[in-house]
Amino acid sequence: MNSTHQEAATPSQKPALLEVRELVKYYPGRGVWPKPQPIKAVDNISFAIGYGETLGLVGESGCGKSTAAKTILRLIEPTSGAIVLEGTDIAKLSTSQFRPYRRDLQIVFQDPYSSLNPRMRARDIVAEPLQNFGRSGDCDDDKMAALFARVGLDREAMRKFPSEFSGGQRQRLGIARALALNPKLIVCDEPVSALDVSIQAQVINLLEDLQHELGVSYLFVAHDLAVVRHISQRVAVMYLGRIVEIGPVGELYANPRHPYTQALLAAVPKVGAGLAREKTLLKGDLPSPAKPPSGCTFRTRCPMARSECAESSPQLAAQGPQHWAACHFI
Amino acid sequence: MDLSLERLEQRIARQANQPRALRFARRHPLLVLGLVLLAIVVFLAIFAPWLCANDPTEMNVIARLKPSSAEHVFGTDAMGRDIFSRTLHGARVSLLVGFCVALLSAAVGIVVGTVAGFSRWIDAIVMRFMDGMMAIPGILLAVALMTLTQASVQTVIIAIALPEIPRVVRLVRALVLTIREQPYIQAAHACGTRLPRILARHVVPNLLTPLIVQASFICASAMIFEAYLSFLGAGTPPEVPSWGNIMADGRSVVQLAFGVILYPGLFLGLTVLAVNLIGDGLRDLLDPRIAKKL
Repeated sequence: MNSTHQEAATPSQKPALLEVRELVKYYPGRGVWPKPQPIKAVDNISFAIGYGETLGLVGESGCGKSTAAKTILRLIEPTSGAIVLEGTDIAKLSTSQFRPYRRDLQIVFQDPYSSLNPRMRARDIVAEPLQNFGRSGDCDDDKMAALFARVGLDREAMRKFPSEFSGGQRQRLGIARALALNPKLIVCDEPVSALDVSIQAQVINLLEDLQHELGVSYLFVAHDLAVVRHISQRVAVMYLGRIVEIGPVGELYANPRHPYTQALLAAVPKVGAGLAREKTLLKGDLPSPAKPPSGCTFRTRCPMARSECAESSPQLAAQGPQHWAACHFI
Repeated sequence: MDLSLERLEQRIARQANQPRALRFARRHPLLVLGLVLLAIVVFLAIFAPWLCANDPTEMNVIARLKPSSAEHVFGTDAMGRDIFSRTLHGARVSLLVGFCVALLSAAVGIVVGTVAGFSRWIDAIVMRFMDGMMAIPGILLAVALMTLTQASVQTVIIAIALPEIPRVVRLVRALVLTIREQPYIQAAHACGTRLPRILARHVVPNLLTPLIVQASFICASAMIFEAYLSFLGAGTPPEVPSWGNIMADGRSVVQLAFGVILYPGLFLGLTVLAVNLIGDGLRDLLDPRIAKKL
């Protein structure tokens, strides 16, 4: 890969906690005829997350952001690429070698309903990661209650089953489970998109408070740009398995360079915005990742597309400090 | 309007005052009916030796094919054996066969189905084998097994359970395939849970509910199956008073003493009905979602 891509992987000066380099995830295509094409869910992405940093990962449904996030935890096995956690490439480890690293990498799922085993009590759900790593000693009542208190659940909640909680409370349980092992990075896979708006704010604030207290890093996957803007320090925009723009949150929202980022931001509804933003509405649907367009994958929906876009694929190029975008015309 | 609301409130208050058992019975009348019926049969089966004055195998040539009387409540069969005693003792065989078959096929089904659901190559081998077994009619398989082995209650249990196993394995496998894609399984992987523990803690508890329902239906059909086999002479050994055997004995004398077939048949029907009612009731009680689908 060229040097700009490597640079894009570096976060703001600090040493990186996690570096993802040229991560690829192809799913084998289905069928016999016509010859199945691999589905390029994640197609060569690189990024890095610093200690205590939140990287937002945005894109529309089906762009591969969840796949990328789960690949980092090896819930999905990557096709190729490196996932470097504090100097160790965890993508190359065997399953048993990787297992200890799970303590540092945890995940909060999108759906607070199906991500909790309905037959287990809240306490057992949260204690499970501790038991898995031989820390049953840390599962006594007081320590568990402290963990529950940390996510805003009371002691009584420990005895309940998931069905006795509300959606927001269930997500707090999911967060408590992720926190139990004191991870360094928590992948938040659309943690609030299934919740009511009023509850979303509570959960976001909880995640922020926990970051301040514990210094945990987040990879925050979402499609809600307002939420991402609120919680992230840096944001990466994905389109059809690739990162098309990555940069510091203020810079990216104030000065989006890639036409896709511009279109996404233009689509965010605004209340009482004085200056009307130039509207670039996207036409059509996301192309199939089994048959991505040649050259720049965004060209089929891009208002600026020219003939050369079909020929070569644009690489991420520096747009400013810590700001990269992949487009031929910027 | 006000009046009906008041009446509704009264009704709710009245229901709230009822004891819990009564409220449960009102809500699930068929389940309770099934439970009561089964409880009666189980009671009669357990206490059969104390409830019957006559030995079920004792022959009395003088008192052949007698109608109901004070001494022989259900009459006697062609060899003068007491039908009441035989029927009650037959309940023991039927219940034993029913429960053991349900338990055995459920246990094998859980183990094989779960492993097949989680391992692709074991799945390929096991499921083809199960397909093969399903291609053989259950009754033929059971009859073949019974002729190859010595007749006893254990072999009857195995012979009936064997054709049931593929169906349970299929059910369990299908359930496991949906459960394994649940995010809570992924969550367990993510927090470092090893596979055996995932199976024991997350998969098996979540497939028990539909399996218990299925097992109750298997229990009912196993009791009928046992009666078939015994009636055909391929079931429990003739000296054991099972319902099928009693009916087989009564077949030739049905015009002389109808009771020989009537009473064990009645018991068989009621017991199977009871178990099926319990199965239906459990399905509604444990998983309303499945109840709507089926």
